Amino acid sequence: MQIYLPIAEVSVNAFLLFGLGGIVGMLSGMFGVGGGFLMTPLLFFIGIPPAVAVATEANQIVASSFSGVLAHLKRKTVDLRMGTVLLIGGLIGAAFGVQLFNFLKSLGQVDLLVKLCYVVFLGIIGGLMFIESLRAIRRAKQPGARPLRRKHNWVHALPFKMKFRTSGLYISVIPPMLVGVLVGILAAIMGVGGGFIMVPAMIYLLGMPTKVVVGTSLFQIIFVTGFTTLLHATTNFTVDLPLAVLLLVGGVIGAQFGAMIGTRLKAEQLRILLAIMVLAVCSKLALDLLLTPTEFYTIGAVEGHG
Amino acid sequence: MLRLVLILAFLAVPAAAEQVVAGLSQNRIAITANFDGSELLIFGAIKREEPIPQDTPLGVIVAVAGPSKPLVVRRKERRFGIWINTDAVEIDLAPSFYAVATSGPMNEVVKDIEDLRHKISIPRAIRSVGAPMHIQDAPAFTDAVIRIRSNNGLYTLLEGAVEISEETLFKTSIALPANLTAGGYKTRIFLTRGGRVVDEFETEIPVQKVGLERFLYNLAHERPLIYGILSIVIAIAAGWGASAAFRYFKG
Repeated sequence: MQIYLPIAEVSVNAFLLFGLGGIVGMLSGMFGVGGGFLMTPLLFFIGIPPAVAVATEANQIVASSFSGVLAHLKRKTVDLRMGTVLLIGGLIGAAFGVQLFNFLKSLGQVDLLVKLCYVVFLGIIGGLMFIESLRAIRRAKQPGARPLRRKHNWVHALPFKMKFRTSGLYISVIPPMLVGVLVGILAAIMGVGGGFIMVPAMIYLLGMPTKVVVGTSLFQIIFVTGFTTLLHATTNFTVDLPLAVLLLVGGVIGAQFGAMIGTRLKAEQLRILLAIMVLAVCSKLALDLLLTPTEFYTIGAVEGHG
Repeated sequence: MLRLVLILAFLAVPAAAEQVVAGLSQNRIAITANFDGSELLIFGAIKREEPIPQDTPLGVIVAVAGPSKPLVVRRKERRFGIWINTDAVEIDLAPSFYAVATSGPMNEVVKDIEDLRHKISIPRAIRSVGAPMHIQDAPAFTDAVIRIRSNNGLYTLLEGAVEISEETLFKTSIALPANLTAGGYKTRIFLTRGGRVVDEFETEIPVQKVGLERFLYNLAHERPLIYGILSIVIAIAAGWGASAAFRYFKG
C-alpha cells in the first residue's frame, strides 16, 4: 500500500514505515535510547529527504518515548528529580545547538560535521560500553567474585548537592546539568534524542543504577525532542505528520515489547547488545566517509528555497 | 502611414502553414494520499490548409517540465582520508521533472540551433550561468544533475515515443513518477519540418495536493506553530493510546 507524504513529497509503502517503526521502537523500549540514531539513517535510505527525516524523527521519538516512560513509571523506574535536572540542561543545550547548527550551515559543511559527530560519538561510546560490559560479564561468571564497590570520584566533590532518592544518589546537580546540556546540543545538531550519549553518561559518570537510567533517559528525551520538533516545524516546515504517525504506530507497539524484553535481560547483556548496535551504525557511517563513493556529486537546495 | 507599415509587417509574416492542435488526457493532476504516479496521455493533430509538404520530414516533440528551482551541486573529494564536499556550483534553474518524447532520433527531429533557441533537450532545459572561477569543469556539474535525476526517473528522454499516423495525428504517453513535486507542469509540443520548429503549442497542467494532503501541507506552512503542537499532541495521544491498549490486552 503506497502512501504519498505531503511534506516529504515522496510516495512510500505504508507497511515498510510501520515495520521500521516497530523495530526501532522495540530497541527504544529495550535500551532506553530514542532510536533516532538508527531511524534517521534508515529514513535517508528509503528516500525521505534528510531535513524531513531529521525533523519527523524528532516527532516520532516523542511518541515512542512517551509510551516507554508509561511502562517505566508503572514499575517506578523513573527518577523524576534527576530527569528534571537533565531536562533543564537539555533545553538550554537544544537552544544553543540550534544556533550552532545554523552557524555550521552557513559554512556549508553541515552534512560532513553531522556525520563526523555520529562516527566520533558512536565510536567512543560504543567502544567503551562494549569493553566495560565484557568485563562485567566475565566478573559475573567468576565464582566468589565480589561486586565492584562504587568508588568516590571527582563527581562527588562538587557543590550544590542534591538527594536523588530513586537513584540512591547524593551528588551535585552540576554533572547531570552538564550532561543535559551536551545531550541537548547533540539533539539539535544530529537530529537524535541523545539517549545513546545520556545512558552511558548516567551509568558511568553519575553512577546511577542501570534500571533507573532507561526510564529517566526516556523522560528527558520526550521534552527535548518535543522542543526540537516545534523548532523544526516553525523554522524549516519539515515535520511530516503522516510519516510520523505511521512510524509511531509501529514504534509504540514495538516499544511495549521492547520494555518487556528489557526487564528479562540482565543489565550487562542489555549494555553489550546496545554497544554492538552502536558500533555497527558507527562503522556503517565511517565506511560511507572512507570508501570511494559511486556518485561524487550531490544535489542540494539553495539556501532559502527549502 | 503607420497603418500601412503595420499591414505590410503583418503580411510579411505568413501564417504558419501547419499548426498543432493538442489535447491532454488530464487537465490537472491531483496528488491524493495514495498517489502512486500517473500516466499523462498527450495527443493531437496537425492542422493545415494546404496539401501535406513532401520535401522535408515531419517531426513532433513533446516536452513536459516540472517547476524549476535553483540548485547547488556539490562534488566530493578525498581530503585527509575521508570524502568531503569541496567544490560547489550553483545551477540557476533546473526543472524538478523533465520528460521529452520525440517522433524520431533527437538530432534528426530538431536541429541543434533550434534546440538551443527553444531549450528542448534535457541539457538545454537546465540553466547554468556561471561557475566560480577556480572550477575548470563546470559542465561536469550540470551532467551530474542530469545523471542523478535520470537515475531517479525524474529526467527521461523517450526517442521515438511519439507516434505519428498519416502525417496528421500524433500521440504519446508520459509516465509521471510517484515522487512528483506540486506546481505547474509546463507541457510544450513542437512541430518540426526538416529539423526546424514550424509551430509550438504550450499549456500548463497544475499538479496539486488535494484533501488531507493539501490540508496538512497548508497548515504546516501557514500555521507552523499550531501544526507543530498538533504533531506532538497526536504523537503523544497515539503513544498513550497504544500503551493503554497494550495493557488492556495483556489483561
